[in-house]
Amino acid sequence: MLNYILGRLLTFIPTFIGVTLISFSFIRALPGDPIQVMAGERGVSDERYAELAAQYGFDQPIYVQFWQYLTGVLQGDLGTSFVTKRPVWDEFFALFPATLELSLFAMIFSIVLGLPAGVIAAVNRGKFFDRALMSTALVGYSMPIFWWALLLIIVFSGNLQWTPVSGRIDLLYYFPDPTGFMIIDSLASGQKGAFASAVRHLILPTIVLGTIPLAVIARQTRSAMLEVLGEDYIRTARAKGMSSARINGIHALRNALIPVVTVIGLSVGTLLAGAILTETIFSWPGIGKWMVDSIFRRDYPVVQGGLLLIAVMVMIVNLTVDMLYGVINPKIRKR
Amino acid sequence: MDDALSAEAEMVHKRPGQLREFWFYFRENRGALIGLSIFAVFAFLAIFGPWVAPHDATQQFREATLQPPVWQEGGTWSHILGTDPLGRDMLSRLIVGARYSFFVGVFVVTIAATGGIIIGLIAGFSPKWVDSIIMRIMDIVLAFPSLLLALVLVAILGPSLTNAMIAIAIVLQPHYVRLTRASVLSERQKDYVTSARVAGAGTFRLMFVTVLPNCLAPIIVQAALSFSTAILDAAALGFLGMGAQPPTPEWGTMLAEAREFILRAWWVVTFPGLAILVTVLAINLMGDGLRDALDPKLKRS
Repeated sequence: MLNYILGRLLTFIPTFIGVTLISFSFIRALPGDPIQVMAGERGVSDERYAELAAQYGFDQPIYVQFWQYLTGVLQGDLGTSFVTKRPVWDEFFALFPATLELSLFAMIFSIVLGLPAGVIAAVNRGKFFDRALMSTALVGYSMPIFWWALLLIIVFSGNLQWTPVSGRIDLLYYFPDPTGFMIIDSLASGQKGAFASAVRHLILPTIVLGTIPLAVIARQTRSAMLEVLGEDYIRTARAKGMSSARINGIHALRNALIPVVTVIGLSVGTLLAGAILTETIFSWPGIGKWMVDSIFRRDYPVVQGGLLLIAVMVMIVNLTVDMLYGVINPKIRKR
Repeated sequence: MDDALSAEAEMVHKRPGQLREFWFYFRENRGALIGLSIFAVFAFLAIFGPWVAPHDATQQFREATLQPPVWQEGGTWSHILGTDPLGRDMLSRLIVGARYSFFVGVFVVTIAATGGIIIGLIAGFSPKWVDSIIMRIMDIVLAFPSLLLALVLVAILGPSLTNAMIAIAIVLQPHYVRLTRASVLSERQKDYVTSARVAGAGTFRLMFVTVLPNCLAPIIVQAALSFSTAILDAAALGFLGMGAQPPTPEWGTMLAEAREFILRAWWVVTFPGLAILVTVLAINLMGDGLRDALDPKLKRS
């Protein structure tokens, strides 16, 4: 077991270096000279250019630049944004809570609806509920979420005027944000209406971001449940006269959860990709929107650092899921 | 999908019973048949779109901008689904747009599957250290969320539909590598491979003739799934302004152009997205049907 964990951890190192190398070289491959971009319309004099090149290390050979970047990264230095002149690390962690809040709510939304939907479908296999739920799940799974977001805006923000179109909270509220979670901070601020405003801003983005994970979880739960329901111990439980609610809800679901938990863990990458679109559409000030804006602004250090941080985050989550899965299911540990 | 399917067709050609068996199971799945028929219409429009469309997709009817669909007040039969802000006919643009999405799917799946299968076979047949290196590289690519990686790749290559397709193909490739390698590793242990080796088959023959045909089932299913992923991602890139550029009637790009009109003219936003959804849904229905028909373990579940 220990060997398995150590082995998995060891593979993390080359992958980490590779990810760093990729995000580093991508930025070097982008068209346009970063210093010219930084200088903007006015341009720079030759001396100033050389000065800036030296300051950012662009005059060094490429492998020296990479080595400096890699050692910088390991010390928590990801460079400074060209646009805001703030460290990339600080920007990331200022915006990350917004993405985390949205992703957590999307995850809760998809689990709370997806698990029961999958169980109900499996128990009613082949009947009306199964067909209806699974058709809906397939539609959700095929959904272009950027369009889904626009549709929801048309109906709920346009026609019904129930929800706002963009941002995390109405502009009239202002309060300190110790946790970075708008839901908690607005409640803690004690301002009248702030919490309600935060909730109303969160609803549509949560639905949009949660739609695909919801469909995936529902489908996965159904097939895992079907597999488990065919096992002998379920028949035994039935033969002993246990109620079907107890069998389905406890005995079957618990064992069906193993693959479902894996799917939930692995959908972190999906969530981050979805966050790019969701945050852009709803002007949600998180890292997805930050990345898109930085790509358009050619803010090289931000794109580079953001790519790296996001990739490392996905890697850590995948590694954790892998190891948990190895702990739960010994069959996986081989190879 | 193309080459995977043609390989499948060839394989089946030698053993006619298999195609019949496959069709027998596929036919039983009503959803898959519906998906197949929608896909057939989609493919037809992709090829013959410009001849089927009632108007030229770029022609601007200046006197009829933002005209609603025919069943709404102010709609006319000459623009059944209405017109966009520049007065272009929505229906014609949607029909002509089918070919971009279709082409994206075919191109991406062909490139990603061919590359992925070859790399996967090499990984499966190589000594352990080569295998490890290949798989670590794939892990690195998979560590980036696919849309983000594609977005950055397109930013490097320059925004266009071709570059978007290349980026998506690169991003989807590791899935084929993993899938092929996993099947190769389990097939290699089997007796028929050993006997082929004993009979004197070279590594090349073992890879492509002996083992590959037996690994194809999951790859074909993956091809169907990534066909729809490719269409969705290309539309998303178009929507973000990093895919096909206006005035190309690509569905995602159309949505991006229509965004500012969402509260005034629902039809310019609704129809392109609906086209994407229906197409992707049809392909996913087919994919589910393929999986059930090709994978005996999942049959009847």
